[in-house]
Amino acid sequence: MANLKELSHKPEHLAGGHRLCAGCGAPIVVRQVLMAADDPVVISNATGCLEVGTSIYPFTSWRVPWIHSAFENSAATISGVEAMYQSLRAQGKIPADKKIKFIAFGGDGGTYDIGLQSLSGALERGHDFVYICYDNGAYMNTGIQRSSSTPLGANTTTTPVGKVKQGKEQQRKDLAVIAAAHDIPYVAQASPAYWKDLIRKVKKALETPGACFLNITAPCHRGWRSKPEETVMLAKLAVTTCYWPLYEIENRKVKINFKPKEKIELTKWLERQGRFKHLFKPENAHIIEKLQKHVDDDWDRLQRMEKLDTIKL
Amino acid sequence: MSKKIVAMTGNHAVANAMKQINPDVCAAYPITPSTEVMQVFASFAADGAVDTNLVTVESEHSAMSACIGAAAAGGRVMTATSSAGLALMWEMLYVASGTRLPIVMQVVNRALSAPINIHCDHSDSMGARDASWIQLYAENAQEAYDNIIQAVLISEEMDVRLPIMTCMDGFIISHSIEKMELLDDNEVKAFIGDYKPHFPMLDVENPVTYGPIALQNFYIEMKRQQVDAMESAKQVILDVGKKFGDSFGRHYGFFEEYMLEDAEVAFVVMSSAAGTVKAVVNELREKGHKVGLLKPRMFRPFPAEEMANALKHLKALVVMDRSDSFGSAGGPLFTEVRSALYGVENAPLAFGKVFGLGGRDLEVHHVEELFKELDKASKTGTIDKVTDYITVRV
Repeated sequence: MANLKELSHKPEHLAGGHRLCAGCGAPIVVRQVLMAADDPVVISNATGCLEVGTSIYPFTSWRVPWIHSAFENSAATISGVEAMYQSLRAQGKIPADKKIKFIAFGGDGGTYDIGLQSLSGALERGHDFVYICYDNGAYMNTGIQRSSSTPLGANTTTTPVGKVKQGKEQQRKDLAVIAAAHDIPYVAQASPAYWKDLIRKVKKALETPGACFLNITAPCHRGWRSKPEETVMLAKLAVTTCYWPLYEIENRKVKINFKPKEKIELTKWLERQGRFKHLFKPENAHIIEKLQKHVDDDWDRLQRMEKLDTIKL
Repeated sequence: MSKKIVAMTGNHAVANAMKQINPDVCAAYPITPSTEVMQVFASFAADGAVDTNLVTVESEHSAMSACIGAAAAGGRVMTATSSAGLALMWEMLYVASGTRLPIVMQVVNRALSAPINIHCDHSDSMGARDASWIQLYAENAQEAYDNIIQAVLISEEMDVRLPIMTCMDGFIISHSIEKMELLDDNEVKAFIGDYKPHFPMLDVENPVTYGPIALQNFYIEMKRQQVDAMESAKQVILDVGKKFGDSFGRHYGFFEEYMLEDAEVAFVVMSSAAGTVKAVVNELREKGHKVGLLKPRMFRPFPAEEMANALKHLKALVVMDRSDSFGSAGGPLFTEVRSALYGVENAPLAFGKVFGLGGRDLEVHHVEELFKELDKASKTGTIDKVTDYITVRV
């Protein structure tokens, strides 16, 4: 594993000058992901902030082969690219020792929701690729609409706080576990605040034959109503509050990669985000309780899963 | 050239053509009546008779998405679908053509829901007529086989680089056994040649960006380039059709003219129904009627000028559509043909008939009835109704 100094000398595959917001979590995630790749990579990208912010014709930020085709099909698109690679290699049209790695990026909207079928299909077929969901917990590109990754109580433009509604009424979907239920060789959650852990996981996923899935928290200060300079801090608090545990499931074995000595109260993460501001009114205390309980239950379940020799979801 | 005469369904004919084309990747999803194409092809793949990586995706949307990824990666890509499957691909059809990827797709024409119906009409591919895909239609299994082989060359031509759908009628052609001729594997291989990659994504030393966002300052130029590509496709289709004819004896152009030259009235009809109409034309000719047929093969690009030239000497014609454009001035073929005739001096009277939706049979006596209308129109110089349905209970 390279240290920071060595990593800083690696070529940047995502050029600066793109149009993503200052303080956006997505390009931080992407740069860390691409630092993990030693072999050439080919990328597919779902429609979303990352796609529109990096490919405004006639400019591109991508120094590696990259394709965007639509919103719901990053996984299906990369599966075609990978299928062509396998075909041409088998036919000897690409040298057998020419290693190329395949990465699909998608936001939570393009992965949890509209792209879930395409993701499931590609995971089940076992294409040799890594799917990376940069999860900012809402449809940020279209203006902060709720997704199935949005936390309970969050104020979004389609779950606005009003006279009778107090934000989103459902808990978020656990996508990493859904991915793991496909019995793929490697699933992990990561956070850009823990770059070493993130890069190690991407390396492992790239080296693992078959389909691998990584869910990476990517704070969005526009949607979270947080300070741009607190992006990485929020990515860290997500972990230390156990809202976003760092763990991996490798060949049915769960491993928690970071266990906070003292679990920080979820409110410490919530209070720095304007989308949860209304939850701090006394009458909404029960929503924070529900959120905390959900986090606690999930954390307990994860720890129980870790104790098992093997899990079959 | 050695002739191999076989008895084969349309689906088997197309699957055999695909085997001979030997694409690098196929991504497909089953749907009646095109299922059998990929099913037969899968057995070729299972026997190692092709080099194709067959990706059995979880939907037609993913089928076209994977085809797009595979084509951008750099290689020959094919798929097949029908009806709702084509409708589910709709979003991706535009991405395939806008990205200028030479993908070849067999469409086995079937009605769209609702009500659900598995039988033939053209509402699926006609619904995709504005998607910037080249469209060729086949009358029978032989033409379906010949078209898909030519499609490879047409769509890969550098002046074209557009995806292409070759269409044949569901069940009527796809599931009916006909006598036809198969070419030798080597003949097909030599005819289509090797694939020439163009900015392949797998050339990692020369990275390219596919599918960027292009806004007010570039989008319209890219669309205009697709129009130019469609225009170029016309000559390419003629050249490839001639090359095919010179090599194998069956020549192809934009449309087939059947006893049209000296005709006074004519039918314009595509695909398998043209076979029925030909039988009626033969019978009417024996009775001394000057009647003919124009069978469009190429619907996109639409050969408006050439078709107008072929039809302008007529007194009257009827355009038969196997799909409708609800609430429009007529079926898709009728509105194109009539528009092509606009401004032509002494243009023939033209009326349109929608027929055969959801697989409703077109029988000889239906066509004979239509001839009576044509005959009347040519004699009186008037038509009763510009558009109507036939073979329908009212």
